Amino acid sequence: MIVLEKRPQPSKAWSYATPLVAVLATMVFGGVLFAILGKNPVEAIGTIFWEPLFGEFSFYYRPQLLVKGAPLVLIAIGLSLGFRAGIWNIGAEGQYIMGAIFGAGAGLAFYPLDAWYIFPIMVIAGAFGGWLWAMIPAILKVRFGTNEILVSLMLVYVAEQMLASVSLGLLKNPEGFGFPGSRNLQSYESAHNAELIAGSGMHWGVVAALIAVIFAYVLLNRHMLGFHIRLTGEAPRAAKFAGVNPARLILFCLGLSGALAGLAGMFEVSGPSGVVSIDFNVGYGFTAIIVAFLGRLHPVGILLAGFLMALTYIGGEIAQSQLGLPAAAIQVFQGMLLFFLLAFDLLTNYRIRAARSEVA
Amino acid sequence: MKFTSLLASAAIALGLATGAVAQDKTKVGFVYVGPVGDGGWTYEHNKGRLAVEEHFGDKVETVFVESVPEGPDAERVMTQMALEGADLIFTTSFGYMDPTINVAQKFPDVKFEHATGYKTADNVAVYSARFYEGRAVQGHIAGNMTKSNIIGYIGSYPIPEVIRGINSAYVHAKKVNPDVEFKIVWAYTWFDPAKEADAATVLIEQGADVILQHTDSTAPQAAAQEAGNVVTFGQASDMSEYAPFPRVSSIIDDWAPYYIARTQAVMDGSWESANTWDGIREGMVAIGEISDAVPADVKEEALALKAAMAAGEYHPFTGPLKKQDGSDWLAEGEVADDGTLAGMNFYVEGLEGEIPQ
Repeated sequence: MIVLEKRPQPSKAWSYATPLVAVLATMVFGGVLFAILGKNPVEAIGTIFWEPLFGEFSFYYRPQLLVKGAPLVLIAIGLSLGFRAGIWNIGAEGQYIMGAIFGAGAGLAFYPLDAWYIFPIMVIAGAFGGWLWAMIPAILKVRFGTNEILVSLMLVYVAEQMLASVSLGLLKNPEGFGFPGSRNLQSYESAHNAELIAGSGMHWGVVAALIAVIFAYVLLNRHMLGFHIRLTGEAPRAAKFAGVNPARLILFCLGLSGALAGLAGMFEVSGPSGVVSIDFNVGYGFTAIIVAFLGRLHPVGILLAGFLMALTYIGGEIAQSQLGLPAAAIQVFQGMLLFFLLAFDLLTNYRIRAARSEVA
Repeated sequence: MKFTSLLASAAIALGLATGAVAQDKTKVGFVYVGPVGDGGWTYEHNKGRLAVEEHFGDKVETVFVESVPEGPDAERVMTQMALEGADLIFTTSFGYMDPTINVAQKFPDVKFEHATGYKTADNVAVYSARFYEGRAVQGHIAGNMTKSNIIGYIGSYPIPEVIRGINSAYVHAKKVNPDVEFKIVWAYTWFDPAKEADAATVLIEQGADVILQHTDSTAPQAAAQEAGNVVTFGQASDMSEYAPFPRVSSIIDDWAPYYIARTQAVMDGSWESANTWDGIREGMVAIGEISDAVPADVKEEALALKAAMAAGEYHPFTGPLKKQDGSDWLAEGEVADDGTLAGMNFYVEGLEGEIPQ
């Protein structure tokens, strides 16, 4: 008989190995799935992972990895701080939307003025929008003890309604023939989050994501606040004795993750997307939760995980058009990744042992 | 080297590299907003793609990517298709408009066709169908079929195309049933079976016994079937699996002839940017079989209405018509012009509620 035995200490080796094992298992089982669909599994997996990085058109896809991965990393970094302390912000999607609305709104308010200070104002406004939206669950939790998971998640749907409302009203392009959606910020130079070097995919959002990674790393390893965050998650009682103020921690973690999600939304709307439209959000806020866990809530891990997710998205599209794989198969493939990660995660805290069966 | 020219030169290099092999093969790409199995909008576009393949056989190669979100992702998918040598790319959702224009600028030699939008360029054409003609037939049947005099309408997005459909259906329902009332729910999605089912259920609970939809899934049909006595219409596709009841008829978008013609034009080198808006007469809009659940006289009238539009004798928006606020729109016998219809952002008199702003 096989039994699971709790390890006295979580295994360090497994905690690093699980993401890799999960990726390998996903490749194997994904390959089986593709084979069942009648595609050559090696070719399909190869297309997904190889083509964007080293294929014929990688000069285009590599920058796209940055564009797709940056918002994921930026949001996931913020989420990971809270997750470490047991503060669950599930509503990053909503904060992302609010950041975009505030950021784009601030920029469009100046239209058609041409000035250097417009973009910085938009950045601040975007972060503020996300922060504000995250403060709602934070204050409700601190003040009334509500569940931040539910409140933050439900506020996503409120934010989606606000997005629809501003796309149809407040921010609607006056030259849009009555169609919903704002002016395109890409054609408004002062508000455009353009590529820093043409063709590189590097826009300010990518820079912000990299800064966030470094910042989070320093915070967690070198700063008292980071120590408190880790302590609260790992040993709540000890945290209490160490004088951690839980209310302050909640406000900080939710506020910071909201601000970062807001920034991600702002950089997206002013750059790659360009317009505030009803369908502006495409699930970065939710995918970032996967990225945060895939990266073991560690800043560097999140950076890698973000680009791995981006890779499966871009590779998945290539596989669709080149091999005719259905979109659903790609989604299953991505789902497997999280599933295997959580499944193998068990091995971090438990070990499998063969045991003699005993008479009960 | 600038990114644009980098892309262009890569495309040229590829063209040279593969030209010898695939010189005669025209590559046509399709970008879909939903899954090809949605049973509605995307399903019909995909049927059009298959028709292109069947018509041209070995002379074409088609590729598609489904469920592409409207925004930067769409731009990447289109770029990818263009890089891989597509000669013609159909982008089949309103939200692909700006991405289509952006990518078209980078690939001046690739032709783009954007469905339901209004921005054109030298290598970007737009096309759409006069769905509102089908809505007229639908409204006529709906007005006759309702017993509660409440017709539910699942709107997708409050854009002119959808508002035109609501107005057209309402005008024709009202003609045969002066007591009719429309309840409109905005789903803010083109395809989301769960949301569509919720919307249908809400409308049924509010007393609607006819449901019209401008969303693409068959979820409302299923909800109506469950309720038992609610009439529905197929949207974009025939949805005949729900016939003869609750689905009593449908509006079918038939893109195949257009896709074949445009592909032919690319092959001949005669492709030009255009703004195509075809209806029942050209065959882009078809009315699905009216089932026996509809009384014979109503069916006959509906078919006569369809025939009149096919012959160009009748326009669904013929005066006298007033706007919702009571101001005059069309005088007696006056017919709406395409410009007004294309940007329609008002309800006709009698409709309740406001267009979300």
